[in-house]
Amino acid sequence: MAKELLEGNAAIAEAAIRAGVEAYFGYPITPQTEVLEHFSERLPELGRVFLQAESEVASINMVYGAACAGARAMTSSSSPGISLMQEGLSYIACSEVPAVVGNIMRGGPGLGNVQPSQGDYFQAVKMAGHGDFHPIVLAPASVQEAIDLVVLAFDLAEKYRTIAMVVADGSIGQMMEPAELPPMRPVRPPAERPAWALTGAKGRSPVIITSLFLDAEKLEAVNLRLQAKLRQIEANEVRWKEYLTEDADVLLVAFGTMGRICQTVVREARAKGIQVGLLRPVTLWPFPSARLAELARQVRGMLSVEMNAGQMVEDVRLAVEGRCPVQFYGRMGGIVPLVDEVLPALERFDAALGGRKEA
Amino acid sequence: MAKGMVIIDEDRCKGCGLCATVCPAHILQLAQGRFNAKGYPPIEVTDPESCTGCAMCATICPDVVFTVYRQKRQPQRAAATAGGGN
Amino acid sequence: MAQETATVEISADLELVYQRPESLTLAHTHYCPGCTHGVIHRLIAEVLDELGVRERTIGIAPVGCSVLAYYYFNVDMAEAAHGRAPAMATGIKRVSPDKVVFTYQGDGDLAAIGTSEIIQAANRGELFTTIFVNNAIYGMTGGQMAPTTLPGQVTTSSPTGRDVETAGWPMRMAELIGILPGAAYVTRQAVLDVPGIRRTKKAIKLAFQAQLAELGFSMVEIISTCSTNWHMGPVQALEWAKEHMVAYYPLGDTQVSDGVHALMERK
Repeated sequence: MAKELLEGNAAIAEAAIRAGVEAYFGYPITPQTEVLEHFSERLPELGRVFLQAESEVASINMVYGAACAGARAMTSSSSPGISLMQEGLSYIACSEVPAVVGNIMRGGPGLGNVQPSQGDYFQAVKMAGHGDFHPIVLAPASVQEAIDLVVLAFDLAEKYRTIAMVVADGSIGQMMEPAELPPMRPVRPPAERPAWALTGAKGRSPVIITSLFLDAEKLEAVNLRLQAKLRQIEANEVRWKEYLTEDADVLLVAFGTMGRICQTVVREARAKGIQVGLLRPVTLWPFPSARLAELARQVRGMLSVEMNAGQMVEDVRLAVEGRCPVQFYGRMGGIVPLVDEVLPALERFDAALGGRKEA
Repeated sequence: MAKGMVIIDEDRCKGCGLCATVCPAHILQLAQGRFNAKGYPPIEVTDPESCTGCAMCATICPDVVFTVYRQKRQPQRAAATAGGGN
Repeated sequence: MAQETATVEISADLELVYQRPESLTLAHTHYCPGCTHGVIHRLIAEVLDELGVRERTIGIAPVGCSVLAYYYFNVDMAEAAHGRAPAMATGIKRVSPDKVVFTYQGDGDLAAIGTSEIIQAANRGELFTTIFVNNAIYGMTGGQMAPTTLPGQVTTSSPTGRDVETAGWPMRMAELIGILPGAAYVTRQAVLDVPGIRRTKKAIKLAFQAQLAELGFSMVEIISTCSTNWHMGPVQALEWAKEHMVAYYPLGDTQVSDGVHALMERK
């Protein structure tokens, strides 16, 4: 298929359609409303389910229902709306039904503003809802990557019967870039829905899907199973990209749009003689901890650059386990730090680190 | 011969007594001095011969304690009854 | 919980009048003695059997005393978050339009935390059926005030009686939902005596038939008791409800669409 000029939000919706999404339930919120609007046009013309719900609370519960019935279901929102969905996400995670959620992040906390941010890293990675669980968190840095990761999200969600969350900042949702959409995958016929789904107790015992386990030992067993699944996901699904890390002695760590900006920072810094590389996590959960631990033996220090008060930097610190200094540079409020301020921050960091490591 | 008969699943009974208040024959009473596996005094039929199989007990029982039987209706002779029907 | 059925010899001249419906499991419920949840579960099960839809029914349990309803209905069931059952039901029914879907909800679930979800689902005319158990109190959490608690009624969170000045008036959900055009059949019934139970069953059957005929949203609000948290015996609780609740919550239909009228006439 040829490349076309696509808007991020519309591309995310269309990618889901190509991936075989059967139902979308959502609520308008800037900067992701175009996702809803694209679905509102396309899903009815394809004979699939579209419903603008009355709230994000309703949206995530409609997704929960559709997922229990064995259908591929998705919702999307932005930061405050994701907060409303956290109850639903916790229920979905414990019930082990697949769901795909998009978060096009905006400035926060509170009502914040509609400018791009990465302020929901903690929310997605550490606390997508109450209790012990993690969705798989995928962070694209371009419209093309958003398309690819949405398709991957549906596959991973079903493979592991879990939530796959695609988090992008508002600029990715709003930007227009040339990108290629995948071919249309056929929608799974209802007769082929999974055996664990609620399809009517015909010729079999009833299926119960619940997240309630009053007996403490039973609930622990459920949690152990969820944890084992998370370990499997960690072993198999971590993804990241590296840029000029082979000979790097200082490392930038950044995701999404900041990762893209840092790629330019790397080029300009190298031109100034700084041997910097970039590690851009593509899965925020599972986090590329092992690779960062390796790189910690190679570099003098790591600078995490984010559009928040310093969230991913904590996971970088955890990964390196004190082997090298880890610092943070970022802006909040919906401000996108560009090369002209990240580069000086890197220069200051590099200078403060002192001598180069022995080759 | 009693018109009706009920079979009581004693271990389902919670001794709520609702059935006893609706039995038109007044033949349901909670057991005295004995308890079922749940620790409740189960319902008992005091006079089975008076049961009409009306199933009011089963209608009000929250716990599906009762299975109800009734005498089959005897076929009516056509005779002077029923008028000009189908 | 398999139960050994008593082996009693049934005389050949006796016929079966009543037995446990197929759509109820053998499980013994955890409900208190005399709790009308048991009656209502049974009525729903009888209706599902009579309509022959057990094998394509999906039910959604609420948060409340009936949170474990999924152990008692012999159909596929899901457990919803508090108040969210109508949203879950919407998701399920929209992707499985050939299934029969119902939610079973209490007063906290439907009239407090879930008011938005039930109003919006009814407004959209979602093709599922809601059974709303109104017993004027929050049972599972130990007897707090509910949106349906009567003025002056003492509960653990209204220890001097519900004060409408601060807590507002009890909510009449059958009326609120009944005015929505998407609702095809909305009624309030009571299971406080045998005639009421029989009328409630008829209403439940009509509600499911409205769903099967795709006429719109259907809801049966059922005046029920909570013997434990009202601090009275089961029989006394039925009397109390008859004396106090029916006056505030009138029994009868609040919405019968033309389509549902036609169904009623066909019987």
